[in-house]
Amino acid sequence: MAEPGVKSPLQKIRLPFSVRFELRATEPPKWLSPLLSFGAVVLALLLGAIVIALVGGDPWRSYAHIANASFGSLGVFSDTIVKAIPLIFVGLACSIAFRMKLWNIGAEGQFFLGAWGASAVVLIPLISEDTSRWITIPMMIIAGMACGALWGLIPGLLKAKFKVNEIISTLMLNYIAVAWNNFFIFAIWTEGGFQMSKMFSKNAWLPRLTDFSKEVPALRGLTTHFGLILALIAAVVVWFILYRSRWGYEIRLIGDNPKAANYAGISITRNTVLVMMLSGALAGLAGMSEITGVVHRLQGAISPGYGFTGIIVAWLAKLNPFVVVFVSVLFGALILAGREIQPSGIPKMIQGIILVCLIATDFFLRYRVRIMRRGEE
Amino acid sequence: MDWIIILQAGVASGTVLLFATLGEIFAERSGVMNLGVEGMMLIGAMSAYSIAIKTGSPWLGLLAGMLAAGLISQVHAFITIQLQADQVVSGLSLTFLATGISLVLGEGLSKAGTISLLPFYSIPQLELIPILGPIFFKNQNILVYLGYLVFPLCWYYINHTRPGMHLRAVGEYPAAADALGINVYRTRYIYVFVGGLLAGLAGATISLAISPGWFSELTTAGQGWIAVGLVIFAQWNPLRAAFGAYAFGALRRLILDIQGPMLLFGLKNPFYYNPYLGFFLQMLPYAFTIIVLVLGSREAMRKRMGAPAALGVPYIRGQRGV
Repeated sequence: MAEPGVKSPLQKIRLPFSVRFELRATEPPKWLSPLLSFGAVVLALLLGAIVIALVGGDPWRSYAHIANASFGSLGVFSDTIVKAIPLIFVGLACSIAFRMKLWNIGAEGQFFLGAWGASAVVLIPLISEDTSRWITIPMMIIAGMACGALWGLIPGLLKAKFKVNEIISTLMLNYIAVAWNNFFIFAIWTEGGFQMSKMFSKNAWLPRLTDFSKEVPALRGLTTHFGLILALIAAVVVWFILYRSRWGYEIRLIGDNPKAANYAGISITRNTVLVMMLSGALAGLAGMSEITGVVHRLQGAISPGYGFTGIIVAWLAKLNPFVVVFVSVLFGALILAGREIQPSGIPKMIQGIILVCLIATDFFLRYRVRIMRRGEE
Repeated sequence: MDWIIILQAGVASGTVLLFATLGEIFAERSGVMNLGVEGMMLIGAMSAYSIAIKTGSPWLGLLAGMLAAGLISQVHAFITIQLQADQVVSGLSLTFLATGISLVLGEGLSKAGTISLLPFYSIPQLELIPILGPIFFKNQNILVYLGYLVFPLCWYYINHTRPGMHLRAVGEYPAAADALGINVYRTRYIYVFVGGLLAGLAGATISLAISPGWFSELTTAGQGWIAVGLVIFAQWNPLRAAFGAYAFGALRRLILDIQGPMLLFGLKNPFYYNPYLGFFLQMLPYAFTIIVLVLGSREAMRKRMGAPAALGVPYIRGQRGV
């Protein structure tokens, strides 16, 4: 790789042509960005295959297994969607924060706090067990979002008031959130000494497709839950905020050029706090939907790293809320099928390789490659 | 509770943070923020442990751990220096990548059995000094002693040698450094590599000396991130880094040990009688990191001190910039 804009080392060898990288003077063509993302994913899967082969696995069987175990039938596709739902929320949470160049990597902790907040409604309990579903679920949504938002508010305030690096503070809060959750499932809400709370009453369950199998027999056994609708609504709302509202304009302007935003009278302090809260609330909603739609109780192992995968989802989707939905399904498949793959670190490694390839190929959005014949310069 | 023993173990545990923090200081002083410390530490810990098992030599393991982390750091170096990508995102992706690789390669390693560890020594005469002797010089691992040597050397190197001056110039004003004939790109590659070596050393210190073994992600348990925070608290100064690292090490040990005794200062020890309170103790190092960051950035604001001016900014030759 040559120093950008400078002669490449290829020139030292006498070739009839030379390769140069030049800063783009104009916007890159529209098709280039998705093409590069696609290329990055393909490249990542190839690299992943090499590593899997090196540790003695069969890469093509691993990949075929992932595809089959996640898209092979309606039943498993429904399970894939279930894994995608929290990813959509967290991907949206990261997208809106990253758009302002706020590096909220605390979605994992906000997820746990959201799950805790939603559980608190029925476990403290704030409402009696036979309260109707129409009241229970909205209350859990509000509590989950509020607790997630609180977990985003803390780093937001620290960043706005004391210029505390939000990457580290959000990460530290992840560990604190997990310990907080553990305290409650071990000490307070434990059921019979097990490290989990009691099962929620049915009124606190999000409806699943299979619940309607009496009316529509084809839905029997399908686990996709109402969280999907919430996630799609959230995607539309985030899109509207980012691209159709004045607030979104402010967020995007701060992200692109904080100085200009400041001169335009936009309060960076206020937006930092608000965006962190919104981001936290979305991640909290992910925890709430996972608890009420899938697990139906509060326990320790509720996230295979959704909060961190959401970062990659957001980046692969180029922070576009609708693309987040699509990318989440792919990563949901990776998480679902990855559980059975040995060695168990492979899905995580593939996620890492994808992210590395993605940011590496972004280079071509900023630079154009020119191949010149010798003597042309 | 024996405070001397807790502090002694705290110094050992602080050595891990010390190496990782010093490594990150080198990288950041050259203008490259590398958030992949946690991942590089995991790679270092895993490689060191696995090679030590395969060869039977912890020294070869140590070397392997450092080199493996140094190599993976070059992924970040290439992406941020050559391809000029965002250093935050690249560092995050390095953490994912390195964590994933170490989980894959470290599969089954925890059941691999015991290995010979790096040796422990006492320093004659020095160990007899009251209080300080047993804390710092009695029955410590050889890597702990290495830590005592390394941090003053780092400070001297950065502040009082010619290559150290070049390092600072590249981090503060790369265009001027370039004009003076310092190769900015090469300098940054080198110090990101040094940062990787030291992060690998930190990881190997865990797996071969302080708490031997491979426990997947729990091996480091976020210490890499604490190190990144300590760099800010240390204001990019190795001496302050050493103070912070040893203090944090002592805190981590105290949290482990405070749950043991029935009596604490002559009173009933609440952590003994209600072990669930231990979850709140577990939060402390992370909460303290945040507090330390608040204090650090307030002091930096007051003294108008700060990060290296070119930290996080890719250098593009011939372009007007910082």
